[in-house]
Amino acid sequence: MSPVTVYVPRDTSARSVGADEVAVTITAVAAARDESVNIVRNGSRGMLWLEPLVEVQTPDGRVAYGPVTPDDVEDLFDADFLQGGPHPLGHGRTDDLPWLSRQHRWTFARVGVIDPLSTVEYENHGGLLGLRRALAMEPDGVVTEVTDSGLRGRGGAGFPAGIKWRTVAQAPATPKYICCNADEGDSGTFADRMLMEGDPFLLIEGMTIAAVAVGATQGYVYIRSEYPDAVAVMRAAIANAYATGWLGPSVLESGHSFDLDVRIGAGSYICGEETAMLESLEGARGMVRAKPPLPALEGLFGQPTVVNNVLTLASVPGILAEGAATYQDLGVGRSRGTQVFQLAGNVAQGGIVETAFGMSLRELIDDFGGGTASGRPVRAVQVGGPLGAYLPDDQLDLPLDYEAFAAAGAMLGHGGVVVFDDTVDMAAQARFAMEFCAEESCGKCTPCRVGAVRGVEVIDKIVGGHERDANLVLLDDLCELMTDGSLCAMGGLTPQPVRSALAHFPEDFDRPSPGTTPRMTEGDPS
Amino acid sequence: MSTSSEASVAAWSDAVAEHVIVTHRDQPGPLLLTLQALQDRFGYVDPRAIPLVAQGLNVSRAEVHGVLTFYQDLRTDPPADVTVRICTAEACQARGSRPVVEHVERALGTSLGGRSADGRVDLEQVFCLGNCALGPSVMVDGSVHGRVDGPRVDQLVANALEGTGR
Repeated sequence: MSPVTVYVPRDTSARSVGADEVAVTITAVAAARDESVNIVRNGSRGMLWLEPLVEVQTPDGRVAYGPVTPDDVEDLFDADFLQGGPHPLGHGRTDDLPWLSRQHRWTFARVGVIDPLSTVEYENHGGLLGLRRALAMEPDGVVTEVTDSGLRGRGGAGFPAGIKWRTVAQAPATPKYICCNADEGDSGTFADRMLMEGDPFLLIEGMTIAAVAVGATQGYVYIRSEYPDAVAVMRAAIANAYATGWLGPSVLESGHSFDLDVRIGAGSYICGEETAMLESLEGARGMVRAKPPLPALEGLFGQPTVVNNVLTLASVPGILAEGAATYQDLGVGRSRGTQVFQLAGNVAQGGIVETAFGMSLRELIDDFGGGTASGRPVRAVQVGGPLGAYLPDDQLDLPLDYEAFAAAGAMLGHGGVVVFDDTVDMAAQARFAMEFCAEESCGKCTPCRVGAVRGVEVIDKIVGGHERDANLVLLDDLCELMTDGSLCAMGGLTPQPVRSALAHFPEDFDRPSPGTTPRMTEGDPS
Repeated sequence: MSTSSEASVAAWSDAVAEHVIVTHRDQPGPLLLTLQALQDRFGYVDPRAIPLVAQGLNVSRAEVHGVLTFYQDLRTDPPADVTVRICTAEACQARGSRPVVEHVERALGTSLGGRSADGRVDLEQVFCLGNCALGPSVMVDGSVHGRVDGPRVDQLVANALEGTGR
């Protein structure tokens, strides 16, 4: 009898809750029962609350079980799970799960589906179509295709990718570089990691297309050190890509040369800022550079450089394969294509939700997220990472697109959504925002370096009831100065979580300290 | 990488350090790479490496010192047997990381950034391990663990200490 294929994810999140032990147990139990299984360590399907999610290949398609612990494995064999038998942990066919079938997976189409390191499976599932088409076109046509798709940078700033590529393509200097920013340091974001661990060839293909389009010959993937699994998978995938002729002196025998290396960060959040990342890639301290010059013209080692986020580059192969118009047809307004939302924090069903832009935050949290994990009411949602605004319940109907968020004084950023229940202390969150900035500031500009430290002190005084009104004015002034005067988004956006917490949750900043008489605030109904 | 307490770390030696420096100096932008390689080899970057790296890469000692002290991962003293890093960023806060930190601080008799009373465990904070839907998360010697509580971290630390074979 031919072996039954059983999928057990190798994704960090799945491993963090026991996927390795489950895989080992399945192998052992199968051997003891004389059953023949072939275990594939795939990426995660993104339904993280169900991890470890084990899937079995049956004639009717893949059948899902989860969350599986090693103790469940004997029971699963008893229930004949190798034939897709029913079990309390069973969810039926994976493809029929509404959580997945309601999504539009553009970049995550193969993540969790294939063996991430198999070049054969990658091609069998539509891989390389984009690169082959790009190689058959004039480089300028590739840039035009990306421009026409409306693709914007997925790292947070949302700058049109095609315009950046055009600038690099037209720069006369050589060599040129493609740098992938995989320094995914924002809390609440994990899509870059999951993509690198689940479909690394997609990123390699996207970077290679960028190289062909702008005439670059060397690429770097800058991955944070907190992601050792992603580093290992990317390195293994790059080695496989060289071995099959997808990278190297003549990419797919086209005559285009492209080399790719992984560089590892060293625990600095600011290195996710593109110019600090370039400094770090050059081996220096991760200090932010003033712009201009733009990295597109004078980037890595002073040469023309494309700096794009993982998901930006991973969106490109599909755009080339299916055409700009297909991508452009998705989304709303100036936010085209799909966005990969990451549902995180206190949410019952956290994970990856990739859909066209335009869904509301409430739909995302209620329909996909299933409310909070604690079962308590949602009080605040932070969107776009540690520099993003905290939104209260009455703003959850905002449509998820760049412009709608900007108009509301918030930021969609990288699509990370962190949910808090009603036990959250928003003054503590505001203080943490300043504390984080103080800890991670590169130190180059004063508003950020000194402002963040002063911000912590002022918030402490406000919460402690020390000259509260005067200190509120001071905090507002400080926030304005940091916003206007900082060199980069670190100091410039740290006021966003602080000001939004103050605006929407002022009561948290006026709590009586233990043992003192409560003081009345203006408009207090009592 | 900052997976500091690898079993394979070597005792400090000028000759080994010089070999590491020579094998990295032809890389583009070699300074950070070289320091990371030294840390992989020794578990930390001994201050004695500073003049060797400066000479080997033809940069000033100040530049080496600057990079060495800028990055959180790079350390200039040997790590403890086991390193525990607790995520203290927002998504894990929302899932209850603060009580975990308090528990572990009590259990180890130290605070974030310190070493346990028995000198065998380093306790650090980390801002995000990319496991934001399954927090609170900790990294113990390079492995990420999700959905932890205080007692679970105690158990992970005990297992890791056992693995060090002392």
